[in-house]
Amino acid sequence: MQMEGQQLIPAPQEKVWEALNDPEILRQSIPGCETVEKSSDTEFRASLTAKFGPVKAKFKGHVTLSDLDPPNGYTLTGEGKGGAAGFGKGEAKVSLEEQAGQTLLTYSVNAKVGGKLAQIGSRLVDSAAKKMAADFFKAFSENVAPSDQNTSSEETLSDTNAPASTNLNATTTPQKSPKNRLLYIGGAFALVLLAVYILN
Amino acid sequence: MTTETGIGASVRRKEDKRFIIGKGRYLDDITKPGQTYGYFVRSPHAHAKINNFDATEALNAPGVVAVLTGPDLEADGIGPIICGWGITSKDGTPHKAPAHPALAIGHVRYVGHQVALVVGETLQEAKNAAELVEIDYEELPHVVEVGDALAEGAPQIHADVPGNLSFDWELGDKAAAEQAISNAHHVTRMDLRNNRVIPNAMEPRAALSEYDMGTDEITLYTTSQNPHVHRLVLSAFNGVAPEHKLRVIAPDVGGGFGSKIFIYSEETVCAWATKKLNRPIKWTAERSEAFLSDAHGRDHETHAEMAFDSYGKILGLKVSTKANVGCYLSTFASAVPTYLYGTLLNGQYTMPAIYVEVQAGFTNTAPVDAYRGAGRPEATYVVERMIEIGAREMGIDPGEIRKRNFIAPDAYPYETPVIMTYDSGNYALAMDKAQEAIEYQGFEARKAESAQRGKLRGIGYSSFIEACGIAPSAAVGSLGAGVGLWESAQVRFNPTGSVTVFTGSHSHGQGHETTFAQIISDQLGVPIDQVEISHGDTGKVPFGMGTYGSRSLAVGGSAIVKAVDKIVEKSKKIAAHTLEASVEDIEHAHGVFSVAGTDKKMTMAEIAFSAYVPHNYPADVEPGMDETAFYDPLNFTFPAGTHIAEVEIDPETGTTEILDWVAVDDFGNVINPMIVEGQVHGGLAQGIGQALLENCVYDKESGQLLTGSYMDYCMPRADDLPTFRVQTINTPCTTNPLGVKGCGEAGAIAAPAALMNAITNALGKEIDMPATPEKVWRAAQDL
Repeated sequence: MQMEGQQLIPAPQEKVWEALNDPEILRQSIPGCETVEKSSDTEFRASLTAKFGPVKAKFKGHVTLSDLDPPNGYTLTGEGKGGAAGFGKGEAKVSLEEQAGQTLLTYSVNAKVGGKLAQIGSRLVDSAAKKMAADFFKAFSENVAPSDQNTSSEETLSDTNAPASTNLNATTTPQKSPKNRLLYIGGAFALVLLAVYILN
Repeated sequence: MTTETGIGASVRRKEDKRFIIGKGRYLDDITKPGQTYGYFVRSPHAHAKINNFDATEALNAPGVVAVLTGPDLEADGIGPIICGWGITSKDGTPHKAPAHPALAIGHVRYVGHQVALVVGETLQEAKNAAELVEIDYEELPHVVEVGDALAEGAPQIHADVPGNLSFDWELGDKAAAEQAISNAHHVTRMDLRNNRVIPNAMEPRAALSEYDMGTDEITLYTTSQNPHVHRLVLSAFNGVAPEHKLRVIAPDVGGGFGSKIFIYSEETVCAWATKKLNRPIKWTAERSEAFLSDAHGRDHETHAEMAFDSYGKILGLKVSTKANVGCYLSTFASAVPTYLYGTLLNGQYTMPAIYVEVQAGFTNTAPVDAYRGAGRPEATYVVERMIEIGAREMGIDPGEIRKRNFIAPDAYPYETPVIMTYDSGNYALAMDKAQEAIEYQGFEARKAESAQRGKLRGIGYSSFIEACGIAPSAAVGSLGAGVGLWESAQVRFNPTGSVTVFTGSHSHGQGHETTFAQIISDQLGVPIDQVEISHGDTGKVPFGMGTYGSRSLAVGGSAIVKAVDKIVEKSKKIAAHTLEASVEDIEHAHGVFSVAGTDKKMTMAEIAFSAYVPHNYPADVEPGMDETAFYDPLNFTFPAGTHIAEVEIDPETGTTEILDWVAVDDFGNVINPMIVEGQVHGGLAQGIGQALLENCVYDKESGQLLTGSYMDYCMPRADDLPTFRVQTINTPCTTNPLGVKGCGEAGAIAAPAALMNAITNALGKEIDMPATPEKVWRAAQDL
């Protein structure tokens, strides 16, 4: 299964970069994301709940970063287990590029799914993947470049996520080194991409 | 004498009342005090090694009673799932059947493979806990297509099965067939694919097990077509409980089509675990589980060569088939592509030489076993496609070429080159009636009319034959069967004259409660509402081999006749004593026993009462009126017929409309014409489903089942089907007392070839099943 995509984020690359360094923004932006946990310098564990048509499951994701090239890109290798719902695993290449004051994010994914996801979800994944990617980028864009008109949705977001963010702070130790920042970025993107894969 | 409820009458089905008013009692309707719920953890991988299994978290989850695994089964001495039919390869070696533990040990070999049973106080608790089972899988290379599995360098699925080859079997005379082909005027050569199908019984498989500590008895309710076979295998091979301490009950069962013959992992595990946990356990398959783990059907890759002389007479047939048996040999998996397939390649024709070889290959897919027709649809598809294509290639009318090759009506018993002896038939008569019914002479005019509207019209034949009434025990024993295939019946009169018949056949939709009652009503004059047919409970029925292979009436019904004969014999003695006549002078007809040449008579009800209140009774006759008979058939039966399908294809959309379907079947004598017609309709729907819509697809790259729900697996619906025009002809079977041949599978056997012959006739080119609109459109558009 292969998927490629691009998303223009209405913020300068520096601002996007900052936002990508903020695990809380990422966690808020990933649909259904519950926890993000660093397990080593190049490994992340995270969990999210997702529903694809009749298949609903809590996925536990495991992401490894490689080909680190800050701030231009990296490769994510990830695997998500959804218990009885099956699994998804794959590889994603992600790159950032400044474009007229905005930032172009390009991703290409190679993944496969198994179990109930493949059995039942395959018919629904295209539309579900599009929706999930759209939800992520909408939330992310709002979090990166909040417009004044969007205060209500912003409030909703922070309200909804307030308790979870406490958990996140409890279970993660934000690091300031570039490598660790990238790990957060990678972990978050890998989750989105895995979810997108799974749907695909 | 045909009465309103006797043999030959279209009696409305007695069982339908409870089904229609919602009082059917299917497995999931049954609940036991203290019942727990089982949920199976299944492999999401096509092939993987289990490096670690951790149920710690699951066991701590709320409401969890137990998490049981393959090693637990092994530790308790529970034997593996068996295959009950031994096949011998060309080189004299027995088939290879790798050990099949009921729960995986060390490896998983298909998506859906049972790994563990989670038992919870509620189903939701069991499912939630199953989410917490941590399994570390190490993926291994997989293979899903049989051709790939048998090719050099394929991934090895079982360490003890080199090349994934279970057996390489042959039947017939290879030299004679090759000689016929090399000397022929014309040889038709084709590669044919018999697509894989998923059974889709309306009621999914289920099991409910209960252990009684006081009696040390296990009761297993399960969706079985043959509860005694379940009990036998679970006792003798799996060692779940001694046979006398295991009761298997198959209550109302919502369809089987073969898929509920087999002894599966799930009921084996439930039967074992109930004693271990001392709690009743219920498991009901979700539809998704049914797709994954019910034994699938068909899946053959075949190359065939049919040799003809210049007149279109068949000189020989050579067939080479690769059969996908899935990852393990299921209960009858080895018999289906061999003795239920190769033996029917003679069709309705005189074929001087036949040779068939079958390689059975393991793949990382669900086991493949009998599905409505079981081997015979595959054989019919080969024979009827080959003769049709041969006719086209030689420019002979497809009806005419069949007539030139039919076995003559006076040639019976007819011995084929592939070990069957047909007892009776009249193939040309069925063909004539079918051609007349569909107005074959007018086809060209109809085709021209369709062409004017831009449509492609086609017509296709299938002159099928099947071996039913399975089967003579000595014959199947000599061919490798591990069981006898007789049937039993017990006919018990109550003192008030009503009758309970206990049959070893099992009805899961066929209407036994009506058809069998008609036999009793007809032969013993008992009003049909006074006849109860009891089946499906090893605690009630003496013994039985179950329902499959269109055997219920031919074998189970014959057993009832044999028990009735004993009732009549005993009744004559009682009547003779009461009427002060000699036994030789007592005449019996439809439950009335009279002294020849007088008006002195007794009814069956009077005699039955006398047997239970034997105040005036012959000294040498036992009281009571309750007789049991076992019947072992002398031969298979050979239902046969001709089906003709007429279709119209829209070349712009690729849709195929079935305009007309004529079926003329010879089922021998018919007990209930309405039920027979219903069976033909159902069989046709399944055969048409296979040819037009249904297709099981495993992804070659990932090994995942892609057609795992009704979103991707297309079942036939009413608007896909025409109004069938069904007729029967009746040349009685000569080898059973009812003269019946069986009708349950005929439609599914005949239909695929008839429909594909019609579609390829319309298109003027070959395509494989299923003829989906996309495939038909591509062919029509020359893409």
